[in-house]
Amino acid sequence: MIALLLRDLRLAIRAGGGFGLGLAFFLIVTVLVPFGVGPQTDLLSRIAPGILWIGALLACLLSLDRILALDWEDGSLDLLATAPLPMEGIVTIKALAHWITTGLPLVFAAPVLGVLLNLPLAAYQWVLISLAVGTPALSVIGTFGAALTVGLKRGGLLMSLLVLPLYVPTLIFGAEVARRGAEGLTVQTPLMLLAGISFGVMALLPFASAAVLRINLR
Amino acid sequence: MSLWEYANPVKFIRTTDKVLPWVWTLALGCLCTGLIWGFFFTPDDFRMGSTVKIIYIHVPSALMAINAWLMMLVASLIWIVRRHHVSALAARAAAPVGAVMTVIALVTGAFWGQPMWGTWWEWDPRLTSFLILFLFYLGYMALWAAIENDDTAADLTSILCLVGSVFAILSRYAVNFWNQGLHQGATFSMDKEENIADVFWFPAVISMLGFGLLFVALVFLRTQTEIRARRTRALLARDGQA
Amino acid sequence: MVLTVRDLSVTRGGLAILEGVSFDMAPGEALVLRGPNGIGKTTLLRSIAGLQPPETGSVTGAEDQIAYAGHSDGLKAMLSVTENLQFWASVFGLTEIEQALTAFDLLDLRMRLAGTLSAGQKRRLGLARLMVTGRPIWVLDEPTVSLDAASVALFADAVRDHLGRGGSALMATHIDLGLDEARVLDLTPFKARPRTRQIDEAFL
Repeated sequence: MIALLLRDLRLAIRAGGGFGLGLAFFLIVTVLVPFGVGPQTDLLSRIAPGILWIGALLACLLSLDRILALDWEDGSLDLLATAPLPMEGIVTIKALAHWITTGLPLVFAAPVLGVLLNLPLAAYQWVLISLAVGTPALSVIGTFGAALTVGLKRGGLLMSLLVLPLYVPTLIFGAEVARRGAEGLTVQTPLMLLAGISFGVMALLPFASAAVLRINLR
Repeated sequence: MSLWEYANPVKFIRTTDKVLPWVWTLALGCLCTGLIWGFFFTPDDFRMGSTVKIIYIHVPSALMAINAWLMMLVASLIWIVRRHHVSALAARAAAPVGAVMTVIALVTGAFWGQPMWGTWWEWDPRLTSFLILFLFYLGYMALWAAIENDDTAADLTSILCLVGSVFAILSRYAVNFWNQGLHQGATFSMDKEENIADVFWFPAVISMLGFGLLFVALVFLRTQTEIRARRTRALLARDGQA
Repeated sequence: MVLTVRDLSVTRGGLAILEGVSFDMAPGEALVLRGPNGIGKTTLLRSIAGLQPPETGSVTGAEDQIAYAGHSDGLKAMLSVTENLQFWASVFGLTEIEQALTAFDLLDLRMRLAGTLSAGQKRRLGLARLMVTGRPIWVLDEPTVSLDAASVALFADAVRDHLGRGGSALMATHIDLGLDEARVLDLTPFKARPRTRQIDEAFL
């Protein structure tokens, strides 16, 4: 299991795209928003927590098809399926590797991009915390979507259609934490619910992902 | 004689062929009665005027939009546990019907909302949930359409339906939470049947029954079509091999 | 018997292609599957490896005993030869890779990225992977594709060595490996009579 994680991380670093692309995309989305809604700082600062969450979510989505498709193409998935690793473990590790290479950098990039959007000072810590708690859920749910579409030639668009509705609860609670933090309200309830979703999907969704992957491999 | 015998495709087609004309007659009868009664023979509401009459389409379609998903969930479970092909095909057949019901509910809701709330669209929890439900229908249908192998498609969509149901419920609560966080929830609710006088209530029940029967008829018909399409493919494959 | 296959039927694309396939494999035995293209060798091997559930019949003894090598080698272009092998070794809970590198003459290439290898060299690396799994039953699908004569001889030696240590090998191949002890199983008699799958018959 550790070997698989290390391999995926090493590949993400060597192939380049892993860390860089998601971050660059996050930056571009954040930069485009003021062009779209206008440069008024009070408006930007009000919508900043939500923009940061949506940007992070889209950046996450962008790299989802790399989670399993590459291993599918070169036959590694077939070989991993015959290896003594449980399929549930494989998809969990894949999701973890995706989170480390995509989710975690986004968490740390968000406060920096917050400056561009005039994020209120009180919100910085809550944007950071909500993303740290919520992005694992995005990776795990995304792995399920990637497993569903792994055998399809051009599955990327379909995967977005399948994954985005599943992201709704995570986005709502995550953005709510950030927004309440920005307005100086208490964040405890949405934060608990966000953590609940994260832990819930981490515990249960790998079983669905593994089942789906087994079906796709046969 | 067990219920599962109807899981045999041939038997299913034979039985539904006998039942379908009755279901169609009843469905159209109920729809005509309920809608005509509702539209022309009920008084205008003192507060909402004649706009209230869209309720005879809006509420039944919303009801069926949710029930269609529930039916797909049950059918998916039956496919996963007992692997009856008719069950998987019925789930597939129900999805577009459910999606159309969702659209009808959303559109009639917009028509009703415009004069009542002064807006076509409000990010009210109920409306938002229906929009999300519609997205789930789209994803489900797209996955069915994308996969060539019938059994693989049935397996994957069943699991998507299960996972999607959990997330749909989660979204429902999340959306409730989200909107109350911004401003108070919509005060107008269609659930309070006790507020509705009997004159409105009876035609509403009849049109709900009509929509339900219409759904059954459409699902039977579409399942028959799916079964026949599948049979055609099986025959072609057999002849191609011989 | 290490592997027992009984009355196996397999399907591809919704059509039955092989039925009633039965054979046994003993330790130290090699079995070569023969048959024309499209007879279902790959599908049969995938079923035995557990990647695909068989239509009917049973495979016993395969669970956690099989090292499978299909058409693709499962190599990562951005990892070196050593890293690729080390990864697969640790997936199977082992660390020793030197023997595999030596057996397939990869010692000189060990630091090269797998993406820079030629097709034949990649194949050799893919086959070397079998040796680091420590699994007793090798299931090989066209193992000699893109190998030159010298490499085929290396492969034959590796198989012979594996058999000598009590392992067994089941492979689909067209060329003669020079393995005199290998048994040949022609799949042509097991070709399924034209029919659809059982589950499709409900629709007819």
